[in-house]
Amino acid sequence: MWTKVHEWAVTVDHKKLGVMYIASALGFFLIAGLEATLMRIQLAFPNNDFLPPTTFNRLFTMHGTTMVFLVGMPMFFGFANYLTPLMIGARDLAFPRLNAFGFWLFLFGGLLLYFSFLGGDGLYGAGTAPDVGWFAYSPLTGRAFSRGNSTDYWTLGILVSGLGSTATALNLATTIITMRCPGMTYGKMPLFVWLMLVNCILSLVILTPLTAAQVMLLFDRFLGAHFFDTQAGGSAVLWQHFFWFFGHPEVYVLILPAFAIASEVVPVFSRKPLFGYPFMVGATVMIGFISMSVWAHHMFVVGLSPAANTFFAASTMAIAVPTGIKIFNWLGTMWGGKIRFRMPMMWCTAFIFSFVIAGLTGVMLAIAAWDFQLSDSYFVVAHFHFVLIGGLLFNIFAAIYYWYPKVTGRMLDEKLGRLHFWIFVTGFYITFFTMHFPGLLGMPRRIYTYDAGRGWDTLNLICSLGVAVQAVGLLFFVWNLIRSYRKGEVAGDDPWDAWTLEWSTTSPPPEYNFERIPVVHSRRPLWDLKHPQDPDWKYE
Amino acid sequence: MRPGSGNRAQCFAVLAMLAAPALALGAYGDAVHPIPNMFAPVSPPAEAIRQLSFLVSAIAAGIFLTVSGILFWCVWRYRARPGDDREPPQVYGSNPIEWSWTIVPVLIVLVLFLATWRTIDEIQASEPPPDSLHVTIIGHQWWWEIHYPDLGVVTANELHLPVSTADARRPTYLTLESADVIHSFWVPQLAGKMDVVPNRTNRLWVEPQVTGTFLGQCAEYCGTQHARMLLRVIVHEPDDFERWAAAQRAPAASDPSVAEGRAIFQRTACVNCHSLDGTIADGRFGPDLTHLMSRTTIGAGAALNTPENLRAWIEDPNTFKPGVLMPAMKLDDEQIDKLTAFLVTLK
Repeated sequence: MWTKVHEWAVTVDHKKLGVMYIASALGFFLIAGLEATLMRIQLAFPNNDFLPPTTFNRLFTMHGTTMVFLVGMPMFFGFANYLTPLMIGARDLAFPRLNAFGFWLFLFGGLLLYFSFLGGDGLYGAGTAPDVGWFAYSPLTGRAFSRGNSTDYWTLGILVSGLGSTATALNLATTIITMRCPGMTYGKMPLFVWLMLVNCILSLVILTPLTAAQVMLLFDRFLGAHFFDTQAGGSAVLWQHFFWFFGHPEVYVLILPAFAIASEVVPVFSRKPLFGYPFMVGATVMIGFISMSVWAHHMFVVGLSPAANTFFAASTMAIAVPTGIKIFNWLGTMWGGKIRFRMPMMWCTAFIFSFVIAGLTGVMLAIAAWDFQLSDSYFVVAHFHFVLIGGLLFNIFAAIYYWYPKVTGRMLDEKLGRLHFWIFVTGFYITFFTMHFPGLLGMPRRIYTYDAGRGWDTLNLICSLGVAVQAVGLLFFVWNLIRSYRKGEVAGDDPWDAWTLEWSTTSPPPEYNFERIPVVHSRRPLWDLKHPQDPDWKYE
Repeated sequence: MRPGSGNRAQCFAVLAMLAAPALALGAYGDAVHPIPNMFAPVSPPAEAIRQLSFLVSAIAAGIFLTVSGILFWCVWRYRARPGDDREPPQVYGSNPIEWSWTIVPVLIVLVLFLATWRTIDEIQASEPPPDSLHVTIIGHQWWWEIHYPDLGVVTANELHLPVSTADARRPTYLTLESADVIHSFWVPQLAGKMDVVPNRTNRLWVEPQVTGTFLGQCAEYCGTQHARMLLRVIVHEPDDFERWAAAQRAPAASDPSVAEGRAIFQRTACVNCHSLDGTIADGRFGPDLTHLMSRTTIGAGAALNTPENLRAWIEDPNTFKPGVLMPAMKLDDEQIDKLTAFLVTLK
């Protein structure tokens, strides 16, 4: 037992670290889901007094912070860590020990953040957990309005895990740039790896201003600086520019791994190569670039000039074009294929459908004038949950069903998987599709209660009931993960008849990944091996 | 669609949103409109947004039907048949197709962009017309301070406006300022929201064309009681509005029978935060009490303004609004009774 613990605690192997990243992220996901459930119970009825307002505010702050920094980011790093070296034919990351360092920084940053629940007046008042929102707008975070240490927990927890993220992003980018196996040019990398590369570079660029802004906030709070202290002539809007210059690209950091997963799963289960690979790569790079010029669409109602609002509306709408190209290319991949609807493909299909809705509500929010109404309403909450659940989470499920056999050597159970799929997707639509409507009827975000008779009561009750359905679906998923580890069907090296390098080694892969470093000639090395008479490199 | 009460009205509201019938202006009468529905606008900026939203929704619906149609067609037509193990034809892509589905979205985005640009310019109007009404609104944790600089009126949480008609337009220009953190002024039926930012002066233009009461609330998270920072907008006929303003300008009632309560008020720390004409109270931290009983609610919508609620509020405001910045003054029952008796005379 202790040798096992010790082995995992001191490991520098990218596969073990990847698994630990994903496992920690799943743990935090369940905690943040519990926080969301408590909030939905509070909002199920008007004037409900299930939670005091302070507790509710702490829960929505922690829910957002956890889901973004402790679930989304580590999920991305977990899959990137595990799969990137296997996909590019490398033995490990460029800096294995830095990789371990990054992981432990993330984990302890998260634990530091959650330590806040134990402070103050105990759990039901939710301790001294941060209560300023995951966006932490100044001047609410200033000493004058946020007494005690709740905001400092937020700042330091995110600062620590942000440093870990920076380290790991740098590590992954270095690995992808320098450690590809012979023959794997940039044009022959799996699209997954391309997306990870763009994502890591994006992370590096945006975590810097976030870190800077958080240091400035700490200066304000501890050293009497006045960057954001409006009482002393500081600026409330400055923080928003800093934060959203991080925060908007951040949501692309969260969604690009989802695109990466779909770009691996859809071709394999459609039995066709990815349609329009160069365009997919181009669209990815475009998204990365444009995502850094849209941040002020979170600030349409701050009172910026019409010129600024028009510019940011234009750039935000522009990002819909490369995103649309991606959707069309997945459809193009499915078109004319022979689609096998196993679990990973089910989730990716649900993802494409949900993401079309998410994208269209996103365009609606990009229409600055309409956003004057929609901003900070429940419509926004519905929109980004469609992005992050219908987009990211559905694909994370796809990825777990797809690569679990590689990681453990056993298949996940298909029957339990179908139950999980249908129940969870139904619950998701009940909750989050319904959630658009209270927003259209003027219900603002982040309110712990509301009066009866405003047209929001029934809609909120439906949203809350959907959460219970989602929870049942998740139970099947967790049970499936646990049960299949011991009793699942033995997978073999290549259960899906796939084409990228990770399927050419054993399941689970050995410490050194490959006996011999592979040599590739096309984007689908295993297709070339399986079809020597008709290899890909003839056509690329 | 006439806002009513209960579930049927909600269903109607949702249906109205989806079907969005033309709004019959003037069908409202003087009712309270309980649903702050952005699709039932009564003011030009909100109406402009609604028009734009229909265009956007129509385009979005078209895209959704097309793309999801293709997706379902793929799922149905290209699903693997059992026993068919041959690989399908391997297609790697097609440049003409790629360019076509790049250029078409670009054109759609261009249309949306031009429509957006036009509406932004329409809403974010720069210069108020000379005869418009000016109101200054100051956001506080967690209530709204409202000034009419031209009329000499100060009130809180209830914005009274004259109605604008086709032959007598009465636009209102709101100047938004904050005393502490960021708030956001949002009455969906009048206009889009506008943040209320400290050290910054934002402006918003509304022009209600229907009389009645419209509801809104703070839309930017501003601390513990963000949820209880409600706002009512009461739109009057023009002469009605003048009467209201005159009543607000009138000096505070001074009923000799409640002198004891008045003395208690002046002895207590109330006077540090509240203002009350004719007393020593001139605080700016809490709402002005000169015409307290002319307002419908207390605590920015936390409770109806009845003598019983007012008494409970003075005893401990946390019963209605946990976390509110007004402290309980630890007065005994008799003192609270006298104080309440004094306050309810402030019509």
